[in-house]
Amino acid sequence: MPEATHTPEVGARAAPGSGEPRIVAFFCNWCTYIAADLAGTSRLKYPPNVRVIRTMCSGRVDPQFVLEAFARGADGVLIGGCHPGDCHYQEGNYKTLRRYMLLRRVLGAMGIEPERFRLEWISASEADRLKGVIGEMVEQVRALGPLRIGMAAEAPAEPAREEVAA
Amino acid sequence: MADDQQTVQTAWQQGAAAANAAYVRRRITIDPITRLEGHGKVDIFLDDQGQVERAYFQVPELRGFEKFAQGRPAEEMPQITSRICGVCPTAHHMASTKALDALYQVTPPPAARKIRELVYSTFMVEDHALHFYFLGGPDFVVGPTAPAAERNVLGVIGRVGIEVGQKVIAMRRRLRELITLAGGKVIHPVLGLPGGVARRLTAEDQAKFRETAADAVEFARFTLGVFEDVVLKNSDYVNLIVSDTFTHRTYYLGLVDEGNRVNFYDGQIRVVTPEGKQYAQFAAADYLDYVAEHVEPWSYVKFCFLKPVGWKGFVEGTDSGIYCVAPLARLNAADGMATPLAQEAYEKFYATLGGKPVHHTLANHWARVVELLYAAERMKELADDPEITDPHVRDLPTATPRIGIGVVEAPRGTLFHHYETDEAGVIQKANLIVATQNNAARIAMSVEKAARGLLSGREITEGLLNMVEMAFRAYDPCHGCATHSLPGSMPLLVRLRDQEGQTLALLRRDFDESLHRG
Amino acid sequence: MADPTMAEPKTADPKPKVAFYWCASCGGCEEAVVDLAEGILDVVGAVDIAFWPVALDFKRHDVEALDDRALLASFINGAIRTTEQEEMAHLLRRKSQLLIAFGACAHLGGIPGLANLYDRESILRQVYLDSPSTDNAEQTLPQVEFREDGRPLTLPGFAETVRALDQVVEVDYYLPGCPPTPKIIAGAVQALLAGQAPPRGAVLAPDTALCDECPRKDSKPERLAVGEFKRPHQVLVDEGTCLLAQGLLCLGPATRAGCGALCIGGNMPCTGCFGPTSRVRDYGGKALSAVASIVASNDRAEVERILAQIPDAVGTFYRYSLPSSLLRRRAARAA
Repeated sequence: MPEATHTPEVGARAAPGSGEPRIVAFFCNWCTYIAADLAGTSRLKYPPNVRVIRTMCSGRVDPQFVLEAFARGADGVLIGGCHPGDCHYQEGNYKTLRRYMLLRRVLGAMGIEPERFRLEWISASEADRLKGVIGEMVEQVRALGPLRIGMAAEAPAEPAREEVAA
Repeated sequence: MADDQQTVQTAWQQGAAAANAAYVRRRITIDPITRLEGHGKVDIFLDDQGQVERAYFQVPELRGFEKFAQGRPAEEMPQITSRICGVCPTAHHMASTKALDALYQVTPPPAARKIRELVYSTFMVEDHALHFYFLGGPDFVVGPTAPAAERNVLGVIGRVGIEVGQKVIAMRRRLRELITLAGGKVIHPVLGLPGGVARRLTAEDQAKFRETAADAVEFARFTLGVFEDVVLKNSDYVNLIVSDTFTHRTYYLGLVDEGNRVNFYDGQIRVVTPEGKQYAQFAAADYLDYVAEHVEPWSYVKFCFLKPVGWKGFVEGTDSGIYCVAPLARLNAADGMATPLAQEAYEKFYATLGGKPVHHTLANHWARVVELLYAAERMKELADDPEITDPHVRDLPTATPRIGIGVVEAPRGTLFHHYETDEAGVIQKANLIVATQNNAARIAMSVEKAARGLLSGREITEGLLNMVEMAFRAYDPCHGCATHSLPGSMPLLVRLRDQEGQTLALLRRDFDESLHRG
Repeated sequence: MADPTMAEPKTADPKPKVAFYWCASCGGCEEAVVDLAEGILDVVGAVDIAFWPVALDFKRHDVEALDDRALLASFINGAIRTTEQEEMAHLLRRKSQLLIAFGACAHLGGIPGLANLYDRESILRQVYLDSPSTDNAEQTLPQVEFREDGRPLTLPGFAETVRALDQVVEVDYYLPGCPPTPKIIAGAVQALLAGQAPPRGAVLAPDTALCDECPRKDSKPERLAVGEFKRPHQVLVDEGTCLLAQGLLCLGPATRAGCGALCIGGNMPCTGCFGPTSRVRDYGGKALSAVASIVASNDRAEVERILAQIPDAVGTFYRYSLPSSLLRRRAARAA
């Protein structure tokens, strides 16, 4: 477990309304997740705005997971997988790449800026790289401001009757 | 200074309140209108003498197709726009497909054009027959003053016999099965593509079309016979048709072929004046020079008018741009019908009603049956055509798309689809003028005139309820698809309200034809 | 003397009451009911239609006068776009034991749901101000309340967002399709009347993907790999081969079966109107996942090139289901 990111502080600092961007990250068990571990044991500091979810392969990341993260209030989503050719299950990360690229287009059409959704290849030893990616992403998303979409943007149930139709 | 303003403001408000209170008005609302396409309501205002001041035919819905079409690939528009209407999806599908032909500057090969027109003729037969037997027809076959319990398809069957009733239902089913065969689905077909159709017709398919087409012509003749026997031989009905309450003198617009004969699928748009003289003839691509839409704050539907004449309000006549489409208008705007039996019927129509143009709105019902005959004859011509099974049904477009306008005659009127795309064929702008919009102003006038003719100074009666309904029903069959299981009477509620919305009186007609006043 | 009252027939047990209503709808679902043709007799013989604006003249007042739960079932089609539609949904929910979302618009939001890519203001502007044929120098817009010479007129409000029926009221069952086919409708109604309905919340159609019932199934390769996506107007479409294998965007793999593969029968690809199977939450997400998975390249630049051949990803994958999707509508622009 990457303890550096798992302080109780995280919840408070990245709570809704706190103004802090909230990033959900899906990290592949065999590489990026281990890199995060390594970052932790190396005591590398990076912003605590990231909530990590471990999957066995980046290819396990169903686009619905990404959509649900955004719908529930994530301001950004990061997927971390093995470098092309290094996938523990041979082809999984290629699927991730293809799905990511198509999902990006749909998210763009839904008004979600490209900086909010990232796919990175980060091997088990690249803790430094992970720190850099997270740091950069948090700042980019912070600059964009909070994303309000799906459930997280729930408008009042009824349009006000008093409003004119225009 | 502020005090003065305050005083003026208060005085103004008090004056306005007093004026409103002094003006005693009553309002009758029919909500919702039923047995009509889409949603609608009618608000009728009476002054304190019980005279109708004004009636408003309001359409309370909007979905915004013209906006969300932006960003969609143009080749998807035939299937997207068919969702504007599930009763006439084929009309939108076809107008859209023709707009794509224009957009990609590609002409469908002959077999494809024939398949399209065959499917379209089949659809026109089905839709017009539906209207005659199930919707508007009952008002005539059974009679507007007949007991409400009989003014529906069951009453029609009662007059024409149960065997005929079953034939009507079976004919409808057969026609729709053919559209499914050629178009994939009957509700929201898929056959339309720029440069042709998605699927060829096999010899087997053609045989099915031929069989039903032959029966359709007989069926259309029979229907005309019913109309002649039941309506034209009844002087009360004829008087109703020609009565002033249901008459408007407007322009008329419709598609005509190169011989100035009615054509549903293609041709030029022709407009005649209320006196019957040609006013304009133009290609679909030029529609913006002639057709414009007017907005009122009390309805979501826009009202079409002839641009060069101008919008003069809800008035008729040569100086008002209001015009009419659909069966009566199409016959008025043309010089004849392209098939023999229909031509005969057309001539009899005008001979009986005193020449062209005919301004009697209820004559739409008769004109519709003339068109039914034409559609059936045309269906048969195309089904018999040996070229229709040719496998070459698509020519692939090569031009870069930019702008395309397609027009067809939907059962309820002229339908315009106008698309502008980028070089990849993705819609940047779309403009749609949907059949009933062309009639929207005239419908509003008809409802008001009917209300005036029936309500003014009188007690509300059951006859009023049906006659007001008849005023709009003549234009648009719409959705009153009655099944053979339709229960007796049409319940109807008329609520009389003061201007604050308090109910003053209720008149309710129940299932069992009983009238209740509250 | 015989007792004259003996001649009076006994009244039969009252038939269960049903209602049909339409919201932001095209009316195709109404036509689908009529297309039951002879099949409708079995259904209609068994019920009393208490409300059906398309065909009968019962008014809203009649529904309001019913006891709560007096209706056995209400079938509502169309998406929720106006205040009036929302009110009617609530009203019918109160008056019905079962509420059934009928058709793609009520089930998922439908094609009118594509309006969720735009905000209300831009829709109104396009329709009433910017349309090239609209002559409106006064910039008149339809008003919820308007007085002309003192005469009060009202229109329902036009909402910012299109919603599926279950986003407004609790729905008991769903009949999918645009429109549902006669077979699906008849099967569902019969099950309900016979008291053999599945657990509440079910979609009343088979729970497999369309590929399973597609007549072209046998020509679908074991491993689909698409190197070029084709738009239907760009190629001649073979009438016997799997459409995906021809490079057309057929959404059969991601779409629930039950329609009989009608569009494929018309030689055009499936566009997804039956929505997802029960194992999927967001139709578009799953559909794009399936399509992306079969792209025949692992090279980033090449994948980009192939995917660029899909001109309208959001409209393709969410054509019928945008309101019911996880994201629901395009994000509002930042203030």
